[in-house]
Amino acid sequence: MSRLPITRAALIALALGWPAVAAADALTGQTEQQAANWPAILMFSAFVFATLGITRWAAGRVRSASDFYTAGGGITGFQNGLAIAGDYMSAASFLGISAQIFADGYDGLIYSTGFLVGWPILLFLLAERLRNLGRYTFADVASFRFAQTPVRLFAAFSTLAVVLFYLIAQMVGAGQLIKLLFGLPYTYAVLIVGALMTCYVLFGGMVATTWVQIIKAVMLLGCASFMAFAVLWNFGFSPEALFAKAVEIKTGIAAAGGASPDEAAAKGLSIMGPGGFIKDPLSAISFGMALMFGTAGLPHILMRFFTVPDAKEARKSVLWATGWIGYFYILTFIIGFGAITFVASNPDYLMPDGTLKGGGNMAAIHLATAIGGDIFLGIVSAVAFATILAVVAGLTLSGASAVSHDIYASVVKKGAANSADELRVSRYTVPVLALIAIILGIAFEKQNVAFMVSLAFALAASGNFPVLVMSLLWDGCTTRGVVIGGFVGVLLALVLTILSPAIWEAVLGYEGAPFPYSSPTIFSMTAAFLTIWLVSLADKSGRAAVDRAGYPAQRVRAETGIGAAGASDH
Amino acid sequence: MEQLGEGQEAEAPAATRDIEQDERYRRLVTTRSRFGWRLTIAMLVIYFGYILLIAFEPHILARPLGSGVTSLGIPLGLGVIVAGIVLTAVYVRRANKVFDRDLDALRKDYGA
Repeated sequence: MSRLPITRAALIALALGWPAVAAADALTGQTEQQAANWPAILMFSAFVFATLGITRWAAGRVRSASDFYTAGGGITGFQNGLAIAGDYMSAASFLGISAQIFADGYDGLIYSTGFLVGWPILLFLLAERLRNLGRYTFADVASFRFAQTPVRLFAAFSTLAVVLFYLIAQMVGAGQLIKLLFGLPYTYAVLIVGALMTCYVLFGGMVATTWVQIIKAVMLLGCASFMAFAVLWNFGFSPEALFAKAVEIKTGIAAAGGASPDEAAAKGLSIMGPGGFIKDPLSAISFGMALMFGTAGLPHILMRFFTVPDAKEARKSVLWATGWIGYFYILTFIIGFGAITFVASNPDYLMPDGTLKGGGNMAAIHLATAIGGDIFLGIVSAVAFATILAVVAGLTLSGASAVSHDIYASVVKKGAANSADELRVSRYTVPVLALIAIILGIAFEKQNVAFMVSLAFALAASGNFPVLVMSLLWDGCTTRGVVIGGFVGVLLALVLTILSPAIWEAVLGYEGAPFPYSSPTIFSMTAAFLTIWLVSLADKSGRAAVDRAGYPAQRVRAETGIGAAGASDH
Repeated sequence: MEQLGEGQEAEAPAATRDIEQDERYRRLVTTRSRFGWRLTIAMLVIYFGYILLIAFEPHILARPLGSGVTSLGIPLGLGVIVAGIVLTAVYVRRANKVFDRDLDALRKDYGA
């Protein structure tokens, strides 16, 4: 089997390359890279072997495009719920949110709430209708009664835009994590992630991707539960005692930094309430909208609804996913505060200037050492890396399906492509996407991970979400409306982000950003909805008449599933 | 003429009209969509209420509960997460118990 040599090469590099590299770095004096951590390498190798075994098993089951995209629709609601939770509990959530809490306390919880509340909305308005109408991608649903070519082109464009920004964030996170943990240079780490994820997706398709996601979700939930338990156990299961100690430590750090006792006390207490994270009310609302509605527009999440046999299982999978994700965010809150008490004042984990070794995102990783020594550090590092790997695989699969199903099969072949050709195009696309992700991951090494993720959410909330809601729920919606409105939303979100301080000032180095807010969504999402509405109202074309006439049939199928082929019938 | 969407090929308009005229279908769709929108609005009010509090009155969230350091914001923030899970469970429970039963009857009659 052709996949094995690639994997073996990666594993040999993994086993042989890292210690040597670490030694070399120790010589050149890069102290932020640590020596090879053997428990982490063993744990990680075990995960890689297990998941490649699954990929091999899955490869025998991927015969058609349906198997590749949606695991033949044979995933149960419970399994899919775990896999969705796995897709969603990315390294940005685990490392990023605990780091945010470690730094600013309460502010991290604002992220968590926003990431969670999109799920109920997705369930109440979209999930079952998606399952009843679609087969492989959300574009199947968005283009259901519309002219295929323009809607598919929009969907492929916005899918690839969201997927690429999300991919960059994950690749950058992976590189930084590996650099700290295994003493491996950033570029190697990005290459390993790229190679492994190509194996999973290319050979195992959605079956392997789903199982990798499920295993990782269980491991991540297990580790996070243990860490939160250990933290609470240390404080006699009293959250008040945990918070009080965290405030005491933050006060001590502020006092050591030269603040007067009153200032230090105020600084210490500031971690118990909203702080500098929210700069102005409009940015707060706009950011909240991006998180909430972006969830319901992420292509790799929407695609997960086609892996279950029917609307009932789709519904169950949202409940499972929401439960696991909510539980996970409560754990990260405890872990973040635990990191303040265990890590923030311990010189073992700090650089001489008082910042965290390995960068701000490593708070949870250092907490793992404080709790369970090198072995537990190894386990948690391996889980964090597995997390990135699994999310990257899911994203790539979604990007590949946009190219093969939406562009090749629907636009180029006008819906007449056979399953084998479509599958082949997907498989050509996967390595290309992996290559792009590796190049961008290296190019964006210094970028802020959380910012890239929030941009992906803003794009999804401004393009896919309005297009789906309007095409599903409004009979007057037309092809012209969704295509123009969708592009307006996505492009406006992109342009406003470039004009915002995060890019205009921090990246491009200009002064006085033309767009003063930190999130574009309140403008771009509103613009998308208004444009879809106005353009559809004004649309008097022949196509518009066909679009509107198609609504009753779409609605009956969306509401009842009558006429929907089971994804497993093939 | 441009190609049609999947639905237009798959569905005979006559069958659509029959189902649409069916009183049970109408009742199911109206009830379910009203229920879905109510829960959506509940979630929006809870979440954006929380966000507006952060945006305009952050000091309320920072206020300690009782004599300790635990602030009001902590139960409220965690409460938003729990509310999301509970609303999801409420929807799924009703859909499993009531909507699915009505839907099964319809699907039986219209051969799906």
